[in-house]
Amino acid sequence: MSKVIGSKGLGRRQAMQHLLWGGAGLLWTFAGGVPRALRLGGEAEAAEMRGLTFGQISDSHIGFKAGAHPSAEDTLSEAVGRMAALKPGFVIHTGDVSHLSAAGQFATAAEIMRGVKREVFYVPGEHDTIGDDGKLFFERFGRGGGSPGWYSFDTQGVHFVGLVNVLKLTQTGLGWLGPEQLQWLDQDLRHRGASTPIVVFAHMPMWSIYPQWGWGTDDAAPALAALRRFGSVTILNGHIHQVIQKVEGTVTYHTAYSTAFPQPAPGVGPGPGPLKVPADKLKALLGIRRLDLVADRMTVADTTLA
Amino acid sequence: MKHLPRWRRPFFALAALPLAIVCTSALLHRGQVAAASPAAAAAAAAASTMKPAIAISNYSFHPGILTVRKGSTVIWVNRDDDVHTIKSTDGPEAFNSPALDTGSRFGFTFHQAGTYRYTCSVHPYMHGVIVVR
Repeated sequence: MSKVIGSKGLGRRQAMQHLLWGGAGLLWTFAGGVPRALRLGGEAEAAEMRGLTFGQISDSHIGFKAGAHPSAEDTLSEAVGRMAALKPGFVIHTGDVSHLSAAGQFATAAEIMRGVKREVFYVPGEHDTIGDDGKLFFERFGRGGGSPGWYSFDTQGVHFVGLVNVLKLTQTGLGWLGPEQLQWLDQDLRHRGASTPIVVFAHMPMWSIYPQWGWGTDDAAPALAALRRFGSVTILNGHIHQVIQKVEGTVTYHTAYSTAFPQPAPGVGPGPGPLKVPADKLKALLGIRRLDLVADRMTVADTTLA
Repeated sequence: MKHLPRWRRPFFALAALPLAIVCTSALLHRGQVAAASPAAAAAAAAASTMKPAIAISNYSFHPGILTVRKGSTVIWVNRDDDVHTIKSTDGPEAFNSPALDTGSRFGFTFHQAGTYRYTCSVHPYMHGVIVVR
């Protein structure tokens, strides 16, 4: 990519480069929740509006090693380098920062993530909370005084909500938010105008992708009910190490690439274990995400490390 | 007697003097048994504290149901590329392993009879049972 698109003053020339860059990965735009193809005229129109650019990194699994697989440290470093080049306003990390919830793995991840040179907002994955309910994770990455760990913040008129759905998985392995968090979310959203763009990020998918492997959140329905009245809701998840999208009214869902290893398509094979691929194919299955919000339109561009 | 130290055996034989000659061969025989006994005892001990292994592969426990004697130590070995844990959900004693990476092991010694159910805290749809008799 030759030029970074800033959040303001997007010219036609830049818009075309933007489009080309998007073409390297997946490019989706959503206006009021409805996906539409990008048109050059649309970009010119968008150039008149203020915008926000941020990044998503997910499932870095620092500590993961398997056979000839390159280290998760190396692939995260590469992802971080690419993210830094995008110069996003900030970055969110949607969990499984570590592989084994080990203090050293969190420290290594934090050190590598420093390379994005931007503030990073984390939520934990189930690999970050093994054995201690996320104590070490929240000590290092927590917001708002550590556990229970969910939080929200506002920037440029957009409301961001970080949820924690990995602290108590259901017996079938699904994520779980719990009544306390759901009540907090309801309060957090209650007094916001329906035109406020909302971005929700959490580790496990907020919709049912493949429940047999625990790829979903058991009590997502009340959270979605609280979100439904908003005109633009973007839900960003990790966990399944592949990009899957879904649109439901004004709510769009996106799972993200991992920076460490791919996982099989839903239900393909005996389990959700790391997908074994030839070394030269691996980086085409790892990646990062860039998001641009211009007016009420969210553009989501996934690009691989290949 | 089989646990007597070697140096005391002749004294024991002397104490049994009236029967000494008659029993010499028998005593010798028993001595041989006693001599073999540490190995046999070791084997017996090994059998009672033998460490039955449960392999974790393809997101399940193999065997899914394992029956062992009281006092047995069960070892779990993670053969998956993913992380697993061993966490009891029901039974007379509780156990909870740390995160087990590929190739890592966890052992637990069952001192109380009963039925133990356990899962993996990272993948709670995995279930296993240990029956201790």
